[in-house]
Amino acid sequence: MVKKITAALGAVLLAALAACGEGGSGSAGAGGGAGGGGGDDTITMGFAQVGAESGWRTANTKSIQEAAEAAGIELKFSDAQQRQENQIKAIRSYVQQKVDVIAFSPVVETGWDPVLLEAKRANIPVILTDRAIDSEDTSLYKTFLGSDFVEEGKKAGKWLVENTTGPQRVVELQGNTGAAPAIDRKKGFEEEIGARDDIEIVASQPGDFTRAGGKQVMEAFLRSTPNIDVVYAHNDDMGLGAIEAIKAAGKVPGKDIKIITVDAVKAGMEALAKGEINFIVECNPLLGEQLMELAEKVVAGEEVPTRVVTEEGTFTSEQAKAALPDRKY
Amino acid sequence: MTRTRLLWPALALVALLLLNLIVEPSFFELRLQDGHLFGSLVDILRNGAPTLLIALGMTLVIATRGIDLSVGAVAAIAGAVTCTYIASTGDALTAMALALGVCVVLGLWNGFLVAVLGIQPIIATLVLMTAGRGIAMLLTEGQIVTVDNPLFRQVGAGFLFLPIAILISLAALVAVALVTRRTALGMLIESVGVNPEASRLAGVRSRTIIWTVYVFAALCSGVAGLMISSNVSAADANSAGLWIEMDAILAVVIGGTLLTGGRYSLTGTLLGALTIQTLTTTVYTIGVPPEVTLVFKAGVVIIVCLLQAPRVAPALTRAPQPRQVEEAMAR
Repeated sequence: MVKKITAALGAVLLAALAACGEGGSGSAGAGGGAGGGGGDDTITMGFAQVGAESGWRTANTKSIQEAAEAAGIELKFSDAQQRQENQIKAIRSYVQQKVDVIAFSPVVETGWDPVLLEAKRANIPVILTDRAIDSEDTSLYKTFLGSDFVEEGKKAGKWLVENTTGPQRVVELQGNTGAAPAIDRKKGFEEEIGARDDIEIVASQPGDFTRAGGKQVMEAFLRSTPNIDVVYAHNDDMGLGAIEAIKAAGKVPGKDIKIITVDAVKAGMEALAKGEINFIVECNPLLGEQLMELAEKVVAGEEVPTRVVTEEGTFTSEQAKAALPDRKY
Repeated sequence: MTRTRLLWPALALVALLLLNLIVEPSFFELRLQDGHLFGSLVDILRNGAPTLLIALGMTLVIATRGIDLSVGAVAAIAGAVTCTYIASTGDALTAMALALGVCVVLGLWNGFLVAVLGIQPIIATLVLMTAGRGIAMLLTEGQIVTVDNPLFRQVGAGFLFLPIAILISLAALVAVALVTRRTALGMLIESVGVNPEASRLAGVRSRTIIWTVYVFAALCSGVAGLMISSNVSAADANSAGLWIEMDAILAVVIGGTLLTGGRYSLTGTLLGALTIQTLTTTVYTIGVPPEVTLVFKAGVVIIVCLLQAPRVAPALTRAPQPRQVEEAMAR
């Protein structure tokens, strides 16, 4: 008897689930059709976000969502949780839904050609935001809107070269292995510190852009690498994790060990104002408005530059104190 | 039999530690700082505490022939509930109690799906694995919630001579060992894992037992989630406890517990969890290039599993085990 009841319950649940599934995909299909048909003026944009791995990324997401609403663009948003296969799936579904324009921040640099070719064949323009892809076929996307990561790395390296004297032993906390910001921030930094022979990167491991990752890697570095002078973290969150590890080791972050990070999110700026971080290179996540402008132009068939760089600066502790009250993210 | 099964994970752990010692002679160095122990080994214990705790709950679930994929998501929810509550009221104790309460409810849900509705555990817990992280994201509104609470910090980053996190995990381990090995409970759990229907007919309340282990696993995950978020004083709904279910299952398997249920080994799980954390620390200490990190880890795991494989293990231990002798004689 109990078995029968449970079986019936299970069947009802399954039916409900199936109904939900159909309803969901049905409405999405309809929305895409209306946008793609060109019958109305609403632009439909499919956006495949990397994830929500850091404060920077969530500010980026928010900016895109708000700008889309303000510009009257219908946004289909997906979160790939830092996995390329999820992002490819999302882009493929946008192609099937016939959105007007696809925008995405590639998780890693390579492996995008097949799915972008599908978008190209379906005549859907693609805009890259924030991160670039490594492909010989530049016709696969219309434009790349985002920061110049090599330049960010250079700014970080330049500060170190100009603001320190004597030998410097640097440990590096990298972003996700293979990610554009990780590769380029490393490259730019190495180019600049090459100007001085006494600056040396003694250890470099990925902390995956997260606080927990940064903390764990820094703990291991503090044990295995003697006399660390400088931490160069590819984002604020890893730098904040490193601060925790340095404090736990009985050292003073910002004094005993200098910390340079990239991003300038609020928590990072607060640490900079307190003097726990020494220098932050800004990486501006608020590119929503620029993205929507570009999307409108691309859909209208206007020519757009293939590379649009966001405006960014750098912060020292003093500048952080001044900038903090007006900081949006 | 159990002894040989534990031999290889123990040897793997020792081998990894020795590798570290060779590359980094000061690896075993311990010193006192601010009244507590400090060094690489302590870091391994502290960072391994959440995995150990989750693996502990997982061991019991697996012993009943189940599996719980939702542990990482539950950990993320626990962190999210605690940090958002602390951020709005500043009361850490209530926040943690509330978070653990939520975890018990989530465990009841998993147990309900498996024990009452009879859904296969891997699917039943997959529901919460996927939805749970979404719930955590909803709670934190997709942001990383940073809190500055001295009491909450203690759970994951505090010390009572040893890291508090590992003390909690070890206390849980000892408690479970006592409760399941000094009473008949352990045997009942194993019997449910071997044959739920037969044990029910024999008078074992298998449904209650299955339900209990899922609630316990969720509670362990909740405490682990508190440790993870406390360690960095922030709730990161997206990455807290991400893939930790895989680490936990791996720890259980390395420890010699079969995924098909039945006999389980708590000591094995302890060894497994420590091996996994040592592996991660080793990567950072000896400076394995990031590009080959995953291959290095996979290599070690495969070697350990191969050494334990039923076809390989006997060939490697020269002296035949008593049971094998019996079997040989019977033939």
